[in-house]
Amino acid sequence: MSATPVLALRGVSKRFGAVQALTDVELEVHAGEVVALVGDNGAGKSTLVKTIAGVHPIDDGVIEWDGKAVAVNKPHDAQNLGIATVYQDLALCDNIDVVGNLFLGREIKRRGVLDEVEMERRSRQLLETLSIRIPSVRIPIASLSGGQRQVVAIARSMLGEPKLVILDEPTAALGVEQTAQVLDLVERLRERGHAVILISHNMADVKAVADKVAVLRLGRNNGVFEVKTTSQEEIISAITGATDNAVTRRAARTNAEAQK
Amino acid sequence: MSIEKTDKPQTAVDAAPAAAGASVTAVDPRLLVREQGFAGYVSEFKRKIKGGDLGAIPVVIGLIVICAIFQSLNSAFLGAENLNNIFVAMVATGMMSVGIIFVLLLGEIDLSVGSVSGVSSAITAVLSVTHGVNEWVAVLASLAAGAVIGALHGFFFARIGAPAFAVTLAGLLFWNGFMLQILGSNGTINIDSDGVVGKLTSYYFSDVAAAYALAVVAILGYFVPTFLGNRRREAAGIPSRPLSDIVMRTVLLAIAVFGVAVIFNQYKGLPLAVLLFAIVLVGSDFVLRRTSYGRKIFALGGSVEASRRAGINVTAVRVSVFAVAGLFAAVGGLFWASKIAAANQSAGAGDLLMNVIAAAVIGGTSLFGGRGRTWNALLGVLVITSIQYGLALQGIATPIQYMITGGVLLATVVIDSITRKTQKSAGRA
Repeated sequence: MSATPVLALRGVSKRFGAVQALTDVELEVHAGEVVALVGDNGAGKSTLVKTIAGVHPIDDGVIEWDGKAVAVNKPHDAQNLGIATVYQDLALCDNIDVVGNLFLGREIKRRGVLDEVEMERRSRQLLETLSIRIPSVRIPIASLSGGQRQVVAIARSMLGEPKLVILDEPTAALGVEQTAQVLDLVERLRERGHAVILISHNMADVKAVADKVAVLRLGRNNGVFEVKTTSQEEIISAITGATDNAVTRRAARTNAEAQK
Repeated sequence: MSIEKTDKPQTAVDAAPAAAGASVTAVDPRLLVREQGFAGYVSEFKRKIKGGDLGAIPVVIGLIVICAIFQSLNSAFLGAENLNNIFVAMVATGMMSVGIIFVLLLGEIDLSVGSVSGVSSAITAVLSVTHGVNEWVAVLASLAAGAVIGALHGFFFARIGAPAFAVTLAGLLFWNGFMLQILGSNGTINIDSDGVVGKLTSYYFSDVAAAYALAVVAILGYFVPTFLGNRRREAAGIPSRPLSDIVMRTVLLAIAVFGVAVIFNQYKGLPLAVLLFAIVLVGSDFVLRRTSYGRKIFALGGSVEASRRAGINVTAVRVSVFAVAGLFAAVGGLFWASKIAAANQSAGAGDLLMNVIAAAVIGGTSLFGGRGRTWNALLGVLVITSIQYGLALQGIATPIQYMITGGVLLATVVIDSITRKTQKSAGRA
């Protein structure tokens, strides 16, 4: 793992009117590393991601890219740096085929005309390197299952060869098999040396693929954990902010009942 | 995904030996693999029908039924003269339909095209006849006016955020009033039938070679790019379609275009109007399916949010699409004026707007956006014009014509909605 993180946030703060959404948040992501970003609803996960993606410029603090401070004021800035974001609503066009969606907005042209052959070839290549299987690259997105759409959306983010990929709840609406496919894909991204920020509510997913877990609570850092050496309960208590909470109470209760 | 006669396999991955040899990948059992040979066509055809992917089939069947009915009622219907008249008469509506297909692809509607076509004919007539301006200049001015009017509608829709339906409804009334105003108290301005506008529908290439030459150009224009594109696909190791497929389609196309050429030559030869319409169809189809601008229009019809995130300038595309609709409305207006050799107060009124939209929808353009091709305008407008001329041959009055055209439009929309449902359930919407 490289010494300099691909992306580092130093004391990042963000206000929306009277609401302090983020306060002095620190985050580091290295190449070939999957960092899970977890936290309760309203903890600031989405806001943090949007500051990195350039949707919301930060108020205070520094964003460092490869060790150098950079200004990320609009989505374009983030894309130019090499940050790709896959939002929860996948933003694919149902009526256009897979190839068309992959290259939407950056079509390959040959003498001013769409080069469908080259786009299809590259699409197949891309899907193959990511071991993504879909029925055909020439069927409309509407024909694909939720998991297939998710992998197409992720594949699309890979076209620009980004250094950092941000996935916003990629498994939220997926079944068991499809979740596994997406998690496989996340691991492949790591193997290929991409840095990945994974937002998830699902502790099983986090434990399965993440190297580190960064917990946000009420817009502040609440610990960064190594996944291998941390138990799920520790992470959950960091998320909820106390050892006494609904989850631990329930665990204690079920334990007690089991012992009866 | 309605009418697909493209040179790329849209629906199935061929298990082409070349592709399989180039990349050894495990084949997912769920992948759509088309059988080779004739059996492959039959099974794929069945799958398409079941999936609600009817394509042009209902329209073509409808057209055959219409021809059969009218021919049985009056043997003059399929005569060379009547067919010629249908082909020439359809161009005005067809041109406007091409424009409205651009708007429908966005999932929007433009109700003003009828009135805008009236404005265009009025501007041309007033400039060239009343003020003695060069007719070419007058034509260009009216086309420019159409585009500007469309862009204005687009601005109110895309920039201000007013619903396109309401903006163009206002335009429908406003531009009709505008036309009546510039026509003045007289109401009708006759156009020189030997002038530029007059010749649009009255000029025929009387040399029989013209129609056949156009037919040959059309066939080569289809075959050569398709064949070369297919070769490139093979070279790139991606699924290509078998040569037999291309040849079969070319033969079908050849039968159709030579049949039409024979009909033209039995009358006065190739009409200029039809030539211009063919150029517009090929050109607009090229723009929609082969350029990134066309891709943007389809993307906007699919998901505005996705398009925005992909970096597409949504406002600019929307404004430009409405400008295109206005431009083609103006073109249609010129053909309309040419046909009656005058600009009059009834231009762009009556059932014109409905026919334009009906032609697009009957051809298979979805009202829900993102699905359709400009070739749809050709099929749709053929249906509409055939019905009109057939009924006129029978001496059936306008009220009945309106009711029948309305009924056909309703039937088409019902078919559109039902196939959409079937496609949804088959996962192909």
